[in-house]
Amino acid sequence: MIHSRLRRLISWTPRALVALLVTPGVALAEWGLNFPRPVSPIAQEQYDLHMLIMWIVTVIFIIVFGIMFYSIINHRKSKGVKAAQFSHSTKAEVIWTVIPALILLGMAIPSTKALIMMEDTTESNMTIKVSGFQWGWHYEYLDHGIEFYSKLSTPRAQIKGEEPKGEHYLLEVDNNMALPVGQKVRFLITSHDVIHAWWVPQLGGKKDGFPGFINEFWIQPTEVGTYRGQCSELCGKDHGFMPIVVDTMEQVDFDAWVAKQKSAAPS
Amino acid sequence: MSEEMTAVADHHHDEIPKGLSRWLYTTNHKDIGTLYLWFSFIMFIIGGAMALVIRAELFQPGLQLVNPHFFNQMTTVHALVMIFGAIMPGFVGFANWLVPLMIGAPDMALPRMNNWSFWLLPFAGTLLIGSLFVPGGGPAAGWTIYPPLSIQTGMGMDFTIFAIHLLGMSSILGSINIIATILNMRAPGMTLMKMPLFVWTWLITAFLLLAAMPVLAGAVTMLLTDRHFGTHFFDAAGGGDPLMFQHIFWFFGHPEVYILILPAFGMISAIIPTFARKPLFGYTSMVFATASIAFLSFIVWAHHMYTVGMPLSGELFFMYSTMLIAIPTGVKIFNWLATMWRGSMTFETPMLYAISAVALFTVGGLTGVMMAITPADFQYHDTYFIVAHFHYVIFAGSVLSMFGAVYFWLPKWTGHMYNETLGKWHFWLTVIAFNVTFFPQHFLGFAGMPRRIPDYAQQFTEFNMVSSIGAFVLGFSQILLLINVVRTIKAGQPASDQVWEGAEGLEWTLPSPTPYHTFVTPPKVS
Repeated sequence: MIHSRLRRLISWTPRALVALLVTPGVALAEWGLNFPRPVSPIAQEQYDLHMLIMWIVTVIFIIVFGIMFYSIINHRKSKGVKAAQFSHSTKAEVIWTVIPALILLGMAIPSTKALIMMEDTTESNMTIKVSGFQWGWHYEYLDHGIEFYSKLSTPRAQIKGEEPKGEHYLLEVDNNMALPVGQKVRFLITSHDVIHAWWVPQLGGKKDGFPGFINEFWIQPTEVGTYRGQCSELCGKDHGFMPIVVDTMEQVDFDAWVAKQKSAAPS
Repeated sequence: MSEEMTAVADHHHDEIPKGLSRWLYTTNHKDIGTLYLWFSFIMFIIGGAMALVIRAELFQPGLQLVNPHFFNQMTTVHALVMIFGAIMPGFVGFANWLVPLMIGAPDMALPRMNNWSFWLLPFAGTLLIGSLFVPGGGPAAGWTIYPPLSIQTGMGMDFTIFAIHLLGMSSILGSINIIATILNMRAPGMTLMKMPLFVWTWLITAFLLLAAMPVLAGAVTMLLTDRHFGTHFFDAAGGGDPLMFQHIFWFFGHPEVYILILPAFGMISAIIPTFARKPLFGYTSMVFATASIAFLSFIVWAHHMYTVGMPLSGELFFMYSTMLIAIPTGVKIFNWLATMWRGSMTFETPMLYAISAVALFTVGGLTGVMMAITPADFQYHDTYFIVAHFHYVIFAGSVLSMFGAVYFWLPKWTGHMYNETLGKWHFWLTVIAFNVTFFPQHFLGFAGMPRRIPDYAQQFTEFNMVSSIGAFVLGFSQILLLINVVRTIKAGQPASDQVWEGAEGLEWTLPSPTPYHTFVTPPKVS
């Protein structure tokens, strides 16, 4: 048993070595170097902030370590440098306190704006209640009278390696949820047992669902498509196996979906 | 008369006790320091083995080696063992060895308590690791042990809670001892503002421990009574609130993060000036930066909890206070750079470790700034990005500094030089493998891979493979450290008293190896 497992591990090694050698840059998209493309105002805002801050810190890193490496290369004993003996400089210390403070201030302004926008759940067009449970999701469309459960649909055999893995391995469910494009959808989130967190990266940030409490957030999908995510708060043994799949669609298609759900539901 | 008695007493104490009783009954700060350091290393290897179980399972998608429940136990116990078993005792070991030598004291202020605070640890460690073997297995709720999940776990969680109690008790006793030693036992002339930075950072760390550990003890005790004695502190159905646990936990947890890094800052501040042959730049600002980091650590805790549904004003407060930490941390990094600037540097193993710790800790610090930005953190939270971040801070910042410190002070302790070639091999393998392991995890987080999952969607495969390969190289490279340390203890080129050309401080005025008793009469510090 262990032997066959080891053999399987070893059989993967060449692929990993190739992965190491074929450096990023060859196939950037497949290597998933950055956030997936945002398709909601919040996700867009998060993406823009993320890129802004990441570039700022990257530039800081390059400058600071450029200086460090210059020093490492030039100020070495083997080059016959005699050590200077200075041990403080008020001017330098003021500069490297004030400049970072200003940079941080510059970061704080757009972040504050984005946060205020994100936390504003008013003027929504519809409300959906999400309940996490061990291990899946329950959705209630409060304005439409629809409710259904949504659980992982990847076959056990794929997880155990007895069947080849499908395209959406671990990111597929039995009942996709649907959202209309362009509508501001308010979500209420809670849990039946332990803490879960609902997260679809392309639709915007995550929110925790607590048993006995209700949190809220909003999503306004901007494009038609299928978006996938998963629970992101450790919730027990099948935490890694409770995905989320959202189909976003035009209003007419959404209305049709609602009608179909209603007729399908045993009432 | 009194001189005679001192002489007699000295003579008596010069005999080093033999056998097991030396280590069981010892009140000698050097012996206790050694015990702490070996305990820390053993825990580091055990915790590292657990990390390799995690990385082996994550080498490819699918469940291959372990089941998800055991996987969760591995992530949980790996973290607890590394934090409470490896890093904290490691730092206390260095404090035991070095604080009396650096301030010119004959021993720690409270030697018997010192013995006890060490001997609590093996029992705590046994409880913690033993939890894996009880029915239901060890704790599987992550090291943050959030209820209600931690209330569902079997009796392994109770083992963990008692282990945390013991570890916390040990830390509190150790901190009291360090504070008492530093405040009362400095040699004449050793004013507070003349103390080496390692002593300063430990003094501040000890206060952080005193403030933080009882909070954790309270949190886990409430968990214990919720589990067994019918209380509902964290149960909404009984009028409690699961979120309250997170607030209490992180009120401990964030100071804890700095407990895990501040002594490392002290080590770096000793090593870099030595090999740059130049005094530490901005000593006073270093002290104040450390103190302000310590203060800020108590008002930023909820940045670990941005997604729990806090009010906007709370999120803004914690975003701003968290961003502030970047300023004193930046001051420290710039001070180290200025210390190196126009120095006359050589690059022995301790210096290599110190420089890499500064550089890689800065990567972790900068990703920390990214995560401070609340709106963006909603995407980073609970992904592999945070896993990468805290390993850059804790492994690169703390563990690499400790490696550097081992090579730096080992010649003084043992009287032998370590093998420089082996040391450099250990350094390069560790640093390269570390980056191969953890740098790709930034990308995994960006691409949307949550942390603490035993299996993943296929688009995450490549980076996980790279990361797993790095982890195995990183793990097995540590054998070189063990070989080098053991060989140095047994034999090696004799070390001079000064050991390093640029070394300054009281410990370097002592003979190498350091005698069993030092500074029986206090030195004069001018």
